[in-house]
Amino acid sequence: MTASQPAEPAPVPTSLELFLGFMRVAAFSFGGVLPWAHFVLVERRRWLTSDEFTDMLALCQLLPGPNIVNMSVAIGARFHGARGALAAILGLTLLPIVIVLALATLYAGFKDVPAVDRALDGMAAAAAGLVIAMAAKMAMPMLRRRPWGAAPIILVTFVLVALLRWPLLLAVVVLAPFSIALAWRERAP
Amino acid sequence: MTSLLLAQLAWRFFLIGFLAIGGANAVVPEMHRMVVETQGWMTNAEFAALFAIANAAPGPNVLIVTLIGWRVAGIPGALVATVAMVGPTSLLTYGVFHLWNRMKNAPWRPAVQNGLSAVTVGLIAATAWILTRATGTSSPLVAVAVVTAAVSYLTKINPLWCFGTAAALGAAGLL
Repeated sequence: MTASQPAEPAPVPTSLELFLGFMRVAAFSFGGVLPWAHFVLVERRRWLTSDEFTDMLALCQLLPGPNIVNMSVAIGARFHGARGALAAILGLTLLPIVIVLALATLYAGFKDVPAVDRALDGMAAAAAGLVIAMAAKMAMPMLRRRPWGAAPIILVTFVLVALLRWPLLLAVVVLAPFSIALAWRERAP
Repeated sequence: MTSLLLAQLAWRFFLIGFLAIGGANAVVPEMHRMVVETQGWMTNAEFAALFAIANAAPGPNVLIVTLIGWRVAGIPGALVATVAMVGPTSLLTYGVFHLWNRMKNAPWRPAVQNGLSAVTVGLIAATAWILTRATGTSSPLVAVAVVTAAVSYLTKINPLWCFGTAAALGAAGLL
């Protein structure tokens, strides 16, 4: 039920709401920002559907630059053009910049505390779990919509990248043409 | 000479930003080569510490760049390096999405979008696998990942609860 589409579209966020929304995404995003972006923007605020999130991420992954920064630009621009993009990217980065600089200043004080290391290990494992859930949430609507087009591509991509350790870019260059051809064949006559 | 250092930071991270296809972690080896080997701005251990901080802190992992800039040239260095790394690629993203949205009604668009998105879901699934293998170094840690995944998929509970519990269990030496 968590992966379902919102019943009705949410109101368009203002630039200030974009700024605050991305700040909220960034503030708690331990161990990777994307799953938090999915949680806050798709599940809580409902600014995007899960499919729209996936579609934007597909393009952002092909472009240079960090995926989540590109996502903030694309989502901000979708609602308010350049102003929205700027609001989103500043919301995403300002607070974390202050936090990392503060941590780097303090780091010498607690880097050898084993309890801190073990707490971070636990949080890293939770972060991995969040990515597992995000993969499932992104896959489900797509598999419902076009099972025969999507399932083989998802599976082959997974095997090549996770098990055979192909570099991301090589996997995309090799698989995208097949995947697009499959999608092209299923279009309505 | 600070302004020279700032110019160097800006130029180097401008170039690295455009190599970062698939995320900041794709260019960490390149950053390491530049910062530690080519420029000699810091030692291997210092770089590793900054990398660890950037990963542990909330926010995008690209903030390792902020820390490198800070270590090399203070607060101005932090800002210059960050803007040089994400500014130009953000402009590119803005332009590409502008064009992409204008082609919304092109007959080929749904096929290209559906095709690319299926590959993306496969890539996220692969990331999930690789992260779980890397972080699940004991059975309790694997259990944390699996329980967090189940809670996040099946409920609407804020995942922060999972993180807090995992951190507390870890600090107590139970993981």
